[in-house]
Amino acid sequence: MSNAQSLDIPEVLKEDDRPKWDNKFQYILSCVGFAVGLGNVWRFPYLCQIYGGGAFLIPYVTALIFEGIPLFHLELAIGQRLRKGSIGVWNTISPYLGGVGIGSLMVSFIVSLYYNTILAWVMWYFINSFQEPLPWSACPLNGNRTGYIEECHESTAVNYFWYRRALNIASDITDSGNLQWWLVLCLAICWAIVYLCTIRGIESTGKAIYVTAIFPYLVLTIFLIRGLTLPGATEGLVYFFTPNMNILKNPRVWLDAATQIFFSLSLAFGGLIAFSSYNSPKNDCEKDAVTIAIVNSMTSLYASIPVFSILGFKATTRYWDCLDRNIIGIINEFDLPDQSIMRDNYTIWFGLLNTTHPKKIASLKLRSCDLQEFLDASGTGLAFIVFTEAIILMPGSQGWAVLFFVMLFSLGLSSMFGNIEGILTPLLELHVVSKSVPKEVLSGVICLVSFVTALCFTLRSGSYWLEVFDSYAGSLPLLIIAFFEVTGVVYVYGIKRFSDDVKWMTGRQPNFYWQVSWRIISPLLMLTVFIAFVTLQTQKQPSYGAWNPKYVCRPIFLIHLLSKNDCYNLLLSPDTSKLSIVSAIFEGAIWGTGVKIWGLVLLQAKGWTR
Amino acid sequence: MTSISFSVRLEEERVSFWFVVTDSARNVTTVPGSEVEAAIRMNRNRINSAFLLTDNTLQFLKISSTLSPPIEPTVPVWLVVFGVVLCLVVAGILLLVVSGIRQYKKKNHESAETGDLEDNSNTPVTTENGIPCDILDLKAGQINGVYAADDERLTPL
Repeated sequence: MSNAQSLDIPEVLKEDDRPKWDNKFQYILSCVGFAVGLGNVWRFPYLCQIYGGGAFLIPYVTALIFEGIPLFHLELAIGQRLRKGSIGVWNTISPYLGGVGIGSLMVSFIVSLYYNTILAWVMWYFINSFQEPLPWSACPLNGNRTGYIEECHESTAVNYFWYRRALNIASDITDSGNLQWWLVLCLAICWAIVYLCTIRGIESTGKAIYVTAIFPYLVLTIFLIRGLTLPGATEGLVYFFTPNMNILKNPRVWLDAATQIFFSLSLAFGGLIAFSSYNSPKNDCEKDAVTIAIVNSMTSLYASIPVFSILGFKATTRYWDCLDRNIIGIINEFDLPDQSIMRDNYTIWFGLLNTTHPKKIASLKLRSCDLQEFLDASGTGLAFIVFTEAIILMPGSQGWAVLFFVMLFSLGLSSMFGNIEGILTPLLELHVVSKSVPKEVLSGVICLVSFVTALCFTLRSGSYWLEVFDSYAGSLPLLIIAFFEVTGVVYVYGIKRFSDDVKWMTGRQPNFYWQVSWRIISPLLMLTVFIAFVTLQTQKQPSYGAWNPKYVCRPIFLIHLLSKNDCYNLLLSPDTSKLSIVSAIFEGAIWGTGVKIWGLVLLQAKGWTR
Repeated sequence: MTSISFSVRLEEERVSFWFVVTDSARNVTTVPGSEVEAAIRMNRNRINSAFLLTDNTLQFLKISSTLSPPIEPTVPVWLVVFGVVLCLVVAGILLLVVSGIRQYKKKNHESAETGDLEDNSNTPVTTENGIPCDILDLKAGQINGVYAADDERLTPL
């Protein structure tokens, strides 16, 4: 016990040095802003949609209660108690666990790379929203102005603008192409904005967070009101929220719910530990943790209502357009009078004509219109394809577009603050730079290095790379780091010591729920999720959806997971493809812990540790 | 002076007609088809509105309607917006960096001054790194209740 107390007083003395939050509201807002990000707006509705609508809430809430909230409380508590960033905290708990801190640092760095690239895309759309008409509302004309560009005509104007004008996407991940200069400019300005806000650490982000954390809620409310008044909104809401209980038998659902909680609450990034380390030690972290986690989940639900109603509106409109196109084609071919075929009797007419003149119908090459098909939405596609399409159908589309993209930008920016803080605070503790170097320079260097590294996402194949990073950085490393966090605190630091610390900070002993979750449920749950995830991943070939103007789904590349020898070989071999390097970085983050442990064991064996 | 003669056919269910354009100035010869096509392409709007029909409802066989070109502004609008955002951000960064440098210089100046003052004063309090020695002695492993209360006052929630 005296060991614990001797940790107390030097920490308390040193607090004159450490920056502080201006007030508690700033701290809560920063944590909420960090947790609430782009994923709340598009990942959660997407998961809801593919996993049986309302039924997805069951695994989601279960994961929140038994995994999300306990881990959240744990991170806030150790940060507040030990008053250090992620590396310092884990080194203090045990030198063997130092790798966990390094892993958190790496994950924060990798995620901020691609997260800011998504913000660069948002910025591109934002600055294009000031035109009349919106550039994604109509297909551009082809050379002799008799029709639209074929690539655009075959799909939609919105798809064309996204895949061709914004990304200029290659058809294959191996076809890198050049840097797209407009994306480079947008990326540069995004990193400049991040630098502007994080220039002095929490002193500057604390001011910016008032705007970036509150503004999205205002805009979501406006969109909620607007969305519910659109035609087809109820179809969308019904389709997405109708629970399909059978889906719960699929273990994939539980797995995705568990990993979604991690990414959604921004656990294991080290940012939360950094934020709470700037708190006064006697702060009620238990109440904070529960509040912020619940606010985050409520925001996800709140955001999915306008999203689904607007999706329903868009699907209905597209379905009507498809029908209209077919009707014109049929009327012209059979010389029928105008308005003889309407949307509601289209199927009857089509059936009749198909039986009497099948060859003529076949020669028209009509597209089959299916409302279900238009209701499917995919992740990143939700913001840039589905929503933009819905926006052009609303009156006053420029205003809605500007509002929407500024909301997305501020959602992402507040999460970026947490990511950057997760990099900045540990770096300051690693003492890699001397004390005389001001914080402004360090944050500038971080932003510059990140910008240069993230240029790979502005290549023609950049968005494929981003998907790879998104799938593999936001899942496995987080699971592993969080598992070691929980077991490290509970079994290495000691649950009794930790409970006493929490009692010292909050004034009450953690109750039965916390004890059981920390000791048994969370580690067990995470281990299960980890094993299930690995099993599922190794069973199938990794694949990615590609945009190929010739409409062939291109496969695949192979990633070796969990093969330490492969990782080692890949790092050394000079001929590696970019993909191998990427997977090696991830495995490096994962194995950072392992390597550190083994290294220290060896050093201790040789008597070289302190 | 050109004249157009129509013949209306009622074989199909749609109202359709053939027409020939003659030019009386040139000995009543028919105007070549390509010239007629070009003229119709240029004036499609007027012909449509004369019949109160649209491109979808009035079809000229073999003359596919050209679509109106999109309005191209002289300066791409997005560059303008980009320029505005860029200027704002750069101005903000410069402001913060300059104020940071000023604060840093002021702090250095002040600490140099207080350092001089301390050397001149003859207080019996011995200091080590700016912390009075008697507080450092309290580090012997016991929580001083008075100190803890003091701590709470300094860091309000």
